[in-house]
Amino acid sequence: MTLTPLSYRVVDRRDETHDTVTLVLEPAADALKPFAPGQFAMLYAFGVGEIPVSVSRLGDGRRLTHTVRAVGAVSRALCGLRIGGWVGVRGPFGTAWDTAAAHGNDLLVIAGGIGIAPLRPLVDAVLAEAKAFGRLNVLAGARTPADLLYGDEFPAWGKPFGAVTVDRPSGGWTGRVGVVTTLLREARFTPSGTVAFVCGPEVMMRATARALIHQGVRPDRIRVSLERNMRCATGHCGHCQLGPLLLCRDGPVVGYDQAEPLLTVREL
Amino acid sequence: MTSHPVGSTGEGVFTALTAEHRGKLMALAREVSLPGGARIFEEGERADRFWVIRSGTVALDVHMPGRGRVVIETIGAGSLLGWSWLCPPRQWHLAAETRDPVRAWEFDAAAVHDLCAEDTALGLSLVTVVAEIIGDRLRATRTRLLDLYGPPGSGPVP
Repeated sequence: MTLTPLSYRVVDRRDETHDTVTLVLEPAADALKPFAPGQFAMLYAFGVGEIPVSVSRLGDGRRLTHTVRAVGAVSRALCGLRIGGWVGVRGPFGTAWDTAAAHGNDLLVIAGGIGIAPLRPLVDAVLAEAKAFGRLNVLAGARTPADLLYGDEFPAWGKPFGAVTVDRPSGGWTGRVGVVTTLLREARFTPSGTVAFVCGPEVMMRATARALIHQGVRPDRIRVSLERNMRCATGHCGHCQLGPLLLCRDGPVVGYDQAEPLLTVREL
Repeated sequence: MTSHPVGSTGEGVFTALTAEHRGKLMALAREVSLPGGARIFEEGERADRFWVIRSGTVALDVHMPGRGRVVIETIGAGSLLGWSWLCPPRQWHLAAETRDPVRAWEFDAAAVHDLCAEDTALGLSLVTVVAEIIGDRLRATRTRLLDLYGPPGSGPVP
């Protein structure tokens, strides 16, 4: 099942930004097993190729929602799909954001750029059982206001604290300007009782993890989602190897205590 | 256990100082409230004060011909506003405007300089705190130079 793509049809699509699209997929026949927040699928654009894409919303267990940014041939082909178009899907793959282990803790959900997409199902899951957690802080960084994903949903997420900051404000932007770590000063959390979920470019995740550790959050309580060149997605081909980890199988979500020594090794 | 923001009383920026030093410094603080849209200082003016933001947000901007005021960065609760008072030429390099109503502790730079001259250990601690903040902002600026969220190929060319 994990090696052969199943056929899914695009039943909805939404243009999120100038280069990012959210696709809702429905199986033609059999559906893949349910995904967990943080896991990814291999999406196959017929005749072009296959790429890993995290689920960006969990639906009814049959439908899949993926947010794709057009950065290469395959992602451009996926972004070009219209309603009724077909895509091959394998999955679910990889490790998930472990919400059960975070019960009773304050939460920091910190996203950079399209990194907010894999975190959205986590926010949905937390909001669905909000009483099981402490305070939920959602912090997001984007390049410009126009690049912010899910802007219409964001205001309902952070309880008590949610904020967006951009690197490049455009005319009329009255929100925050600067890197996402600057928002940490205003977030409401008790460092020793906090679990952080971080997703974005690797440099952003390293800077965020350093800031969190400096504030007293334990490295093993900082969960990051790593990205490497995933091909087989079943832990066999080795393309996504990061030291002792095969990220398609042992990741993408790992603890920073495990990730930190690996991320500072060049060309690993 | 520490609950954030640690600067909820205004002293959060100075948590690295000893209680004695923090007390001496805070004795010089004056509580101020500013409405949204207030210009706090302008580029080129004498930097004779600094603030610790207690609530609200301040935008640092620079005027660009043809583009008007361009916001460089925003500063929120628990943060230091202003460090140009520390070193010559003691002029603001940017301008500052409140984004929304702001409450802050305001410090007279000359009085703080005098206190540091009188208590050099306090002075060294305070300079270390401000240097750490400047370092944080430098690292943040360098990170933004990388244009991490931009399309592939954007950012500085190696």
